[in-house]
Amino acid sequence: MIEAHSLTKTFRDKKRGEIYAARDVSFTVAPGQIYGLLGANGAGKTTSLRMLATLLKPTTGSAVVAGHDVVAAPEKVRANVGFLAASTALYGRLTAREMIAYFGALNDLSPAEVRARIKRLADELDMHEFLDRRCDKFSTGMKQKTSIARTLIHDPAVMIFDEPTLGLDVMTARAIVKFVRDCRARGKTVIYSTHVMSEVEKLCDVIGIIHGGRLVAEGTLAQLQERFAERDMEEIFVKAVGGEAALAAAAKI
Amino acid sequence: MNWHHIVTIYLKELRDSLRDRRTLISTIVIPTLVMPGLFFGAGAVMTKVVKQARDEATSVVIVGGADSPGLVRAIKDDKRFRVVEPAGDFKTLISEKKVRVAVELPAGFEAALRAGEVKTVTIFHYEGEMKSGMGAGEVEKFLRAFRDKTVEARLADRGLPLALIKPFETTRQNVAPPEKVGGNIVGGFIPYLIIMLCFTGAMYPAIDLTAGEKERGTMETLLCSPVNRLNIVLGKFLMVLTGSLATIALSLASMTLTILVGGNLMSAGKGMGAMSGGAAGAKSGSGFIPFIDPVGVLGVFAMIAPVAVLFAAVLLAVSLFAKSYKEAQSYVAPLIFVIILPAMIGMLPGVELSAKTALVPILNLSLVCKEMLSGVWNWGYIAIIFGSTSVYAAAALAVTVRMFNREDVIFRA
Repeated sequence: MIEAHSLTKTFRDKKRGEIYAARDVSFTVAPGQIYGLLGANGAGKTTSLRMLATLLKPTTGSAVVAGHDVVAAPEKVRANVGFLAASTALYGRLTAREMIAYFGALNDLSPAEVRARIKRLADELDMHEFLDRRCDKFSTGMKQKTSIARTLIHDPAVMIFDEPTLGLDVMTARAIVKFVRDCRARGKTVIYSTHVMSEVEKLCDVIGIIHGGRLVAEGTLAQLQERFAERDMEEIFVKAVGGEAALAAAAKI
Repeated sequence: MNWHHIVTIYLKELRDSLRDRRTLISTIVIPTLVMPGLFFGAGAVMTKVVKQARDEATSVVIVGGADSPGLVRAIKDDKRFRVVEPAGDFKTLISEKKVRVAVELPAGFEAALRAGEVKTVTIFHYEGEMKSGMGAGEVEKFLRAFRDKTVEARLADRGLPLALIKPFETTRQNVAPPEKVGGNIVGGFIPYLIIMLCFTGAMYPAIDLTAGEKERGTMETLLCSPVNRLNIVLGKFLMVLTGSLATIALSLASMTLTILVGGNLMSAGKGMGAMSGGAAGAKSGSGFIPFIDPVGVLGVFAMIAPVAVLFAAVLLAVSLFAKSYKEAQSYVAPLIFVIILPAMIGMLPGVELSAKTALVPILNLSLVCKEMLSGVWNWGYIAIIFGSTSVYAAAALAVTVRMFNREDVIFRA
């Protein structure tokens, strides 16, 4: 379960003064549900998700993730969260097995538990062939599989994906999308950020459109289609953010 | 604090660093090879050059002297000299290094000598040129002997004893114990070397574990784990400290071995003082291996510990601020000068421990090491230095932990 209440994050910029990276962002994601956070670059997706993963502290507002408050108990939140982003890389000088085992140990799993879980994950993700090779020699597909195994080693109840398909080839991106669906099937609470409209349409149960740090629209695909009287997700998105002029203005900042 | 997490992170960083070529080179390869390299490489070449210059007969041009055949004959007969007939101006020949020196005998020199008249013999040399300087020394020595002989002959002619011009003798006697000699000669140099190694050993692991991780995108992965940031800092800090201490231990071991082995091999070679610093220079110059109080060496290790902590923490904090490996290097490189300066001041003769200098980090270490290595244990100062450095180190570590908790540093874009 994820419950975000008026999450706000401000940064201080020398030229522009105080900037709202996220402003009053509130939403709820239930177990077995995929919540899609859709927004252009710089809309506040990463900031919002980093606050949920406790990498950033909210300036104001609060959030409860897997039953723990992100400000009061950040370590307990992280122990129940799997965070996968384009920016979470692998240790190139470790093997896939060492990498996964390291995060198992950091999640307080016993060596026996780590071994058992690595075996199961390697079976599921078909990783046995490269499990004992160094990550810096991996193809993008192998890297993604290792990253997925890393996020799943402690079997978290909540999965946070921050643009996980960014810069990936079609096959690897499809594998990720399939993996996100699997997470839902297993009853995990999933939040997924992207700027790719088709991914949201295919994948998400609830869609939140974020623009300029604010959540400007929220609902199922059908609800959004009805509200904005559009079939196409891209058209819905443009209308939700206030038209093309608003998008262009935001891109200039 | 969660020791399980700290140890897990430390062991992972250790394994990771041992697979990093840059860290391996700076913490293991360089400290192990630098001393033998300097000693056997540069030292051997230098010894050879000096020996060659000394063994080779000094080329001399004799200017004038047609009416002083005795002296000219004596110079020509001396094996140390090779008399060259000047082809052109002798000063040009010296400048062009074709001959080492020239001796100008004034007209009527021998006649004046017999008449008891004082004349001046001029030695021409090229200041700053090693071979020319050595040649001038040889010529001077020869002329001094020639003068002494003249004096002796004059005294003998008049039936006077030699003691007339040498009423008494002087001699020097050393009262310093051998460890004091070794400590004073080596003591100034070793702390300097240790301080430098302590810093360079921590440098690359510190950059790799912070800015390097940011650059490679693994920092965010690590921060996603349920580990408290304090434990992350401590795990990484222990690794950097290990790098620093490993560098010191390896280089000291390598240096000891080099001095022991090299000292035996080269005990014949002299004049290596300029080679690789006081340690080896002291050895070959005086013909014995400088005796250093082993308890002093242990003391040095105990005193370097808080400094290593200080360096590790400062380097972590500075390189954590950087976004990339390169940026971190450009921040850290100028720090070396900040370290070198106090370490060098400590090497200067006359700079001694006082209540004030005991509070200056690095300089105080340099000074107290010099004392400890020569067997002087000034417990009051030792306590002040250890205490103050520990406080500085703790403060630096606290700053590093703060930096790790600052979002604008960790996610600096």
